Amino acid sequence: MTKMKKMMKKFFITLKPSLIAIGFGLLIGLIVMLIFNPGDAFPALFTLLIGGFNGGLIGIGNMLYQAAPIILTGLAVAFAFKTGLFNIGASGQMMIGAYVAIYIGVKWELPGGIHWIVAMLIGTLAGGLWGLIPGLLKAISNVNEVISSIMMNYIAGHLLIFLIRTTIFNGSYSRSMNILPTAQLPMLTSIFPGSSANIGILIAIAVAIIIHIVIHKTTLGFQLRASGFSMDGSKYAGMNTKANIITAMSISGLLAGLAGALAYLVVGKTIGTAFEIFPQGFDGISVALLGLGEPMGALFAGLFLSNLRMGGFYMQTYGFVPQIIDMIISVIIYVTAISIALQAALKVYGDRLRAWFKNRKLKEEV
Amino acid sequence: MDILYQLVQNTYVSMTVLLIVALGGLLAERSGVTNIALEGIMIMGAFIGVWSIQGLEVYPYSGLTKFVIFVVSVSFSVVMSWGLSLFIKRLFKKDTYTLFKKNFSQKKVIFAICALAAFMLAILFFVWLVNTQIHVQFILVMGMMIGGLVGGLYAMIHAHASIYMKANQIISATALNLFAPAFAIFTARFLQGGQQIPFSSSFLIQEVPVLSQIPIIGQLFFTRVYLSFFIGLALLLIISIIIFKTKFGIRLRACGENPHAADSLGINIYKLRFVAVTLSGVFAGMGGVIFVVTTSTEFNVTVAGFGFLAIAVLIFGNWRPSRIILAAIFFGFMRTIASSYSIIPFLNDFGLPREFYNMIPYIATLVILAFFSKNSRAPKALGQIYDQGKR
Repeated sequence: MTKMKKMMKKFFITLKPSLIAIGFGLLIGLIVMLIFNPGDAFPALFTLLIGGFNGGLIGIGNMLYQAAPIILTGLAVAFAFKTGLFNIGASGQMMIGAYVAIYIGVKWELPGGIHWIVAMLIGTLAGGLWGLIPGLLKAISNVNEVISSIMMNYIAGHLLIFLIRTTIFNGSYSRSMNILPTAQLPMLTSIFPGSSANIGILIAIAVAIIIHIVIHKTTLGFQLRASGFSMDGSKYAGMNTKANIITAMSISGLLAGLAGALAYLVVGKTIGTAFEIFPQGFDGISVALLGLGEPMGALFAGLFLSNLRMGGFYMQTYGFVPQIIDMIISVIIYVTAISIALQAALKVYGDRLRAWFKNRKLKEEV
Repeated sequence: MDILYQLVQNTYVSMTVLLIVALGGLLAERSGVTNIALEGIMIMGAFIGVWSIQGLEVYPYSGLTKFVIFVVSVSFSVVMSWGLSLFIKRLFKKDTYTLFKKNFSQKKVIFAICALAAFMLAILFFVWLVNTQIHVQFILVMGMMIGGLVGGLYAMIHAHASIYMKANQIISATALNLFAPAFAIFTARFLQGGQQIPFSSSFLIQEVPVLSQIPIIGQLFFTRVYLSFFIGLALLLIISIIIFKTKFGIRLRACGENPHAADSLGINIYKLRFVAVTLSGVFAGMGGVIFVVTTSTEFNVTVAGFGFLAIAVLIFGNWRPSRIILAAIFFGFMRTIASSYSIIPFLNDFGLPREFYNMIPYIATLVILAFFSKNSRAPKALGQIYDQGKR
């Protein structure tokens, strides 16, 4: 029993900064909503919090479908973060992964059970290759990975338009072609009828567990974390830090590529030819930061963010713009970033408050 | 030859924005704080700045516009009086004044006098502005000032988190980057209906009066340019002087290289970094307004990644103003080729698809960074959280 209690306490302590941050974020969101539309603010916030559950099973299914890519990009960013790298280019890697997956889904003709697996795996590899480039640049010639992966995002954005226009272009809609039905990920229609939930969420959960094991239980993970703590220290200990950087960036790219494949291996989901950088990559940054850089944290943060986004969709009935979600998320990230100092400050004020109450009680007794 | 002039004039457009924002980034990074939030700050500055430009175009002015003009002129007067008092202080040698049996430091007295004078001037200026329709270039400067003000205020959020609250600098900057577009869309949709904020005036100067008559230089520098181009060059000069020739500059550099050593010599690292990051926000906000005004006819919640590009310019420029201008010219030229390759005869003959030209600036950045990053010298304490208690 005491062991259980201890575990709960430990769990709470690790979760505390996130909970404080979420509280702050929702508070700011509520204040903004109150300023612009006081009447509907409270029901809108309620809708926002309930999120996908507003729409019953369909809503939950759609929420899970949207969560899978966000979780995976979050894992990608978190994995690079463990090695001390900031992979802001998850969007670009995801775009390349999505394009390759769609290309195989459209052009190759394979039997039903194998087609989607092949498309998914090769899409993942393509994302990995795209992530390898900033890793190589960082390891070989010390290019700041933030800048190079941002550049890779823009290159991917323009390359994607070119590739779609020349290979898998559907002229009448000016979008990419539809994938063959055999390339579609197996749907979970028996559990969530009418929604677009598919096997992607299960894959995302499995990958999150695998990444957790890789980071915390293997030699590779230990080396990567050591490089993240101190480049020089791990070099001194005999680790090949350059190889670590390259490995971390490629695995990060693989995860983002998988996210792209999962998001677009659905019949009816196509990419347009207007220049756009997928927002899921930036959501991945939020998810990773919200999950405190841990794989399991990213899993729950991804579900949370996806739920909030669904809530934003349902909240539009009250006339609120869904961008309020981004505002709430950014406040949450900001508060998470300052959580150490904030907790100290809260403790100081809490102690003062407690002391003040104590003094008052003493005075009353006297 | 006409094509060349046209290319050069187009280059100035992107160059100016990159130069100004990169100079802002330079101030922050030389003090040891990475500022990836430049993109978000640019969006924030552009949002409010372009909105006020839209307001200033409509004459006679509404109450809100008058209020904004008042706030800007007063805050400008405060900044000016601060600068003036620093300047005047050098002329006198006496340290303290006795006023009503109370000792005031000389700095405070001069500041008070300057502030009073500047405030009076600001009021006069305000009265004059409200009663006359403003010249187009004046609207631009006004918009830039407002954008800079907003950018500075917004950057203070980042500064506070990363300096006083000891947060991870990348995380707090990411939060700012995320917040700015969301805030702009949310506010604009609620108050205006749509997220675009259009403006009608064209700020292009066709010919600078006398100077445009000089044979080649007149064509290259003084025809079809924006006022912001000259402002950018002036800022470059000012920043180079500040960083390499003044007390503030050497303290800033020391703070970015070895903050503990600087602290042991009595410099307030926290305050210095706070000022530097705020100034970088001012520059980025101005850059955001300039970007929207010179490349578009409306604000549409994007600055096309120029904040990030400016950081690339900064790194490519090796954290030195003199190299930053070269890097900015290079990037500006690459972007010009991307956007106007069809008017260049031999590039048009290649027949490459448009997307390749659009990729060129980014690929060129990567290649050049790959060659130059090896011996790049970033400030040593860049990105590190400063803690006085640490050794």
